[in-house]
Amino acid sequence: MLQARLRYVFRRLAQAIPILLAIIIINFLLLKLAPGDAVDVLAGEAGSATPEYMAELRTKFGLDQPLPVQLAQYIGRVAVGDLGYSFRHEMPVAELILNRLGPTLILMVTTITLAVGVGILLGLLAATGLNSWRDTMISVLALVSYATPLFWVGLMLIVVFSINLGWFPTSGMETIAAFKTGWDRVWDIAHHLVLPAVTLSLFYLALYTRLMRASMLEQAGMDYVTTARAKGVSETRITYAHVLRNALLPVVTMAGVQVSSLIGGSVIVETVFGWPGLGQLAFESLFARDLNLLLGIFLLSAALVLLVNLFVDLLYTMLDPRIDLA
Amino acid sequence: MTDAPLTLGETPSALDRARAFWRLFLRNRSAVAGLVFLGLVILLAAVAPLIYPESPFRLAGRPMTPPFGPDYFLGTDTLGRDIMAGIAHGARTSLLIGVIATLVAVVFGTVMGALAGYYGGWIDDLLMRVTEVFQTIPSFIFAILLVAILTPSIQNVIIAIAVVSWPALARLVRGEVLSMKNREFVQANVIMGMSDARIILVQILPNCLSPIIVAGSLLVATAILIESALSFLGLGDPNVMSWGFQVGAGRTVLRRAWWICTFPGIAIMLTVLAINLVGEGLNDALNPRLRERTG
Amino acid sequence: MSGPVLDIRGLHIALPDGADRTHAVEDLSMALRPGEITCVVGESGSGKSLTARAVMGLLPDRVQATAGEIVFEGTDLLTVGPAARRMMRGEQLSMIFQEPMTALNPLMTVGRQIEEVLVTHTGLSSRERRERVLSLLTEVQLPDPERIIRAYPHQLSGGQRQRAMIAQALILDPKILVADEPTTALDVTTQAQILRLIRQLQEAHGTGVLFITHDFGVVAEIADRIVVMQHGRMVEAGPAAQVLNRPQAPYTRALIAAVPSLVPRNRKRAETRQVLAINDLGKTYGGSRGLFSRTPPVHAAKGVSLTLQRGETLGIVGESGSGKSTVARCIVRLLQPDAGVIDLDGIDLAPLTKRQLRPHRRRVQMVFQDPFASLNPRRKVGDILAEGPIVQGKPARDAYARGREILSLVGLDPRSADRFPHEFSGGQRQRIGLARALMLEPEVLVADEPVSALDVSVQAQVLELIDRIREELGLSVVFITHDLRVAAQVCDRIAVMQRGEVVETGATSAIFANPQHGYTQELFASVPGRAWLAPDLTEDAPRRAADVP
Repeated sequence: MLQARLRYVFRRLAQAIPILLAIIIINFLLLKLAPGDAVDVLAGEAGSATPEYMAELRTKFGLDQPLPVQLAQYIGRVAVGDLGYSFRHEMPVAELILNRLGPTLILMVTTITLAVGVGILLGLLAATGLNSWRDTMISVLALVSYATPLFWVGLMLIVVFSINLGWFPTSGMETIAAFKTGWDRVWDIAHHLVLPAVTLSLFYLALYTRLMRASMLEQAGMDYVTTARAKGVSETRITYAHVLRNALLPVVTMAGVQVSSLIGGSVIVETVFGWPGLGQLAFESLFARDLNLLLGIFLLSAALVLLVNLFVDLLYTMLDPRIDLA
Repeated sequence: MTDAPLTLGETPSALDRARAFWRLFLRNRSAVAGLVFLGLVILLAAVAPLIYPESPFRLAGRPMTPPFGPDYFLGTDTLGRDIMAGIAHGARTSLLIGVIATLVAVVFGTVMGALAGYYGGWIDDLLMRVTEVFQTIPSFIFAILLVAILTPSIQNVIIAIAVVSWPALARLVRGEVLSMKNREFVQANVIMGMSDARIILVQILPNCLSPIIVAGSLLVATAILIESALSFLGLGDPNVMSWGFQVGAGRTVLRRAWWICTFPGIAIMLTVLAINLVGEGLNDALNPRLRERTG
Repeated sequence: MSGPVLDIRGLHIALPDGADRTHAVEDLSMALRPGEITCVVGESGSGKSLTARAVMGLLPDRVQATAGEIVFEGTDLLTVGPAARRMMRGEQLSMIFQEPMTALNPLMTVGRQIEEVLVTHTGLSSRERRERVLSLLTEVQLPDPERIIRAYPHQLSGGQRQRAMIAQALILDPKILVADEPTTALDVTTQAQILRLIRQLQEAHGTGVLFITHDFGVVAEIADRIVVMQHGRMVEAGPAAQVLNRPQAPYTRALIAAVPSLVPRNRKRAETRQVLAINDLGKTYGGSRGLFSRTPPVHAAKGVSLTLQRGETLGIVGESGSGKSTVARCIVRLLQPDAGVIDLDGIDLAPLTKRQLRPHRRRVQMVFQDPFASLNPRRKVGDILAEGPIVQGKPARDAYARGREILSLVGLDPRSADRFPHEFSGGQRQRIGLARALMLEPEVLVADEPVSALDVSVQAQVLELIDRIREELGLSVVFITHDLRVAAQVCDRIAVMQRGEVVETGATSAIFANPQHGYTQELFASVPGRAWLAPDLTEDAPRRAADVP
């Protein structure tokens, strides 16, 4: 069983390679699509440069080679973790990104846990109290959250909870120059985390709530529920032992699918709350016109999504015995 | 019990079917509310140049005038631009971009999905790989990249939104076509020698219309959200007023002038909410069976 | 004999507002005695299934029993509160369903699902529960019960799943077992085994069985008593032998008369001019070999050779997975065979490309199984019919005129052309499907289970129609069916298929009299009610005999 699962992981990893390759190629094409190349940027940084010097640089970077050769070289560089150089930050892109990965991961993991967990709970509450005030209230809340732009929610939460009530800090991940350590630091970060995590999770929470509710209702109409009733099983047990687990499957699938959109959302939330993660870095590079850095972030976040999807697939095999591991 | 000859009644015309659809749609009160509100937004967009003939970027009054005053109903922003005028003109931008980007995505997605679903084979393989890639790419970052590289303009924003939106639609259409393709009536058409183009266009696609309409209407809502987020980040067309831009412009003075961010945001939320409600109403009216099942 | 274990008196079941009638069941009175199997027979819409649900207390939300009583051991079940009712289910009254795949929870092992009955109703320890489950699984003759306990539903075959359902229903020795079409979704050989099992267990435990079915063959096989229902009302009831052999009510008589006889009809010899010859046909699916996975290829058809004479009906008989539909789809070239020859009057259709095929398409047409999926819901009947000739290059005016003629030919009002398919009943739709095939004046008609989705009375009419048209137009027919009764009535010759291969061919009368192959023999031994010869109901006889030469 364990061996079969390992084989499955390898198979999924192998299937992820062409997707990763495709994303690298898209990345490369975007790079080519952009006006000017690395040498122009370099020349711009360095002030005036003679055409001869620029041609020399182009040869040095291989930019005078035919496109397919450049692509091959690009793939080769990415494969060894070389994502290019950020002239703004005067640092390799890969290093810059790795420095900012931690805060983004903290935000993502918290958000996913919050959105999926609370979403499932609310969906369950709505479905079990179908058409009651509880259901109506949850459904209306979900509907409104589903329609609200992330950046606006963030700003409104700041107005209410930071500016007016003063419960949470407006931005950042830690109190500046406080140099806290140990549990104090954890507490400090958690305190800063509340608003961004709530903002980012609200939309997805609404999504999972609606999905869970619909999924519960759909499963409640299935034949096996009638069978369970014919056995004399109580309604409570039917809901929790039969319907719930079946209803979770589409929610888990959707959670996997939504990770990529969640990373997109983190650009906005990190910008609004000054959260020092990849999203904010992306926003900064956007205005510094640091394309290399932006593309590096793009590539890494896609890789991150692939990893999370692999994890979700694995989770799914544990939830659904019908998945063929062979 | 007998396979009796027909009892001839009235034949329902297209008109009757449209009426039946309306009856179902009107039964859904929240969908009707959504439709009414959406109608108001469209009206606002239509009359914006009449009631605010001047550019919404014009500096109309004193900066940061609070709302509900005598001159400016929703106040003015940091530079003294009339917020209500901005919202009226922003409605044009949001609806325009939402609808056109969706149309582009729907047309392209439908063509790709129909071809992949009907022919299978390498076209299908290719499409499925492409949509997998698109599901993996964080689509909002992709849209940011596209707009940043192509330079911000209405046209490029539309392109970026359509590019990140079509794969979901292609997947939907592919699934529908795939299930239709194995229906016996399509097989009968193959056996009578009908051409593929005719089978797809005349026999299959009309039967896939309801899910496409529903998905399309929800896509308009998503497109408006993406557009507002892009212009919030400063990636909108600099010559066109937009709700996201208004919110972004008021960000820095949140502490002093809450209304600058608040009202355009409410406009986005209500418009998207209205479109979602209409989309759900369409879904219920077009797929009555589904509604009964989910209570 | 003691009194009835279940006594239904004057039962009314009301349908929600907006249904096509007010009551699903009206004034039904019937009794079920311990140790007996009572079959409730009826066509779709007769109210038989809702009766079963009412007995179990499992009526859908908006459907209610409005009058009458269901007396079980002296108490009227309709007056028992929901909690007490629940405790009776699974212990006193149990139920098995039509589709064992969907009736079991896909995410729970079979063992746990059976055990759940014991968890709900008894205080047994987990070891005792396990022993009970194992002994029941043995009793329903499932191989390797230890493995079945740990298996998930999708890992069992259809027959095994239904056995597990039966074990689950009988584990607490209920007084009543309600069986709602429990064998309808199964192949005929599996059906025979399940019917035998229900009979054995019922005798061993003295259970009263309320058996819902639409199939008179199954009734003849298993019933002690019979209740016939039509449009929610009971039209006849009595001991099995009486109802089967001396039916009184006109409806029962018509139903029984419509059951195809297992005795092949005498048929005029067809011409001996061959129209279609299939030689060594093969079709393989799957067999992909990836880096990490390997799926073996499935031979849907292997070395199939058949011939069809002008004017005859060739039956291809087999169970699901036998490859009969694959062969049909190869003949009409919906599928491209991997090997072999499909010789239509000297032209080999097998290797032709789409374009090359187009001029020959007209000559081989098909009638499908599902009356609801076989007509485009968005097009009017007239358009559906005219499409074929128009595609083949006929002027539209002629095509529409011809459509109205053909509608009369298949027994429909020509004005039907202006209507949409959803306005027609299942039988009428099959007529339209047949009309569509006839529009192209084909030489060969392939009929893929054309009546298996229809009620038995409608079935007989459609079969007669196909036969009459074959005669009138000199068509040759390939008739795919799983039903030996149907085959006996319409086929001149039959080919029996199993796992992609033809195991036996011959004249229908010869094979029915003396099946040679072991599988054919098993198939015949499994036909439900084979020992029962439907009585000759004389007033119906003239109509039925009309097209027997």
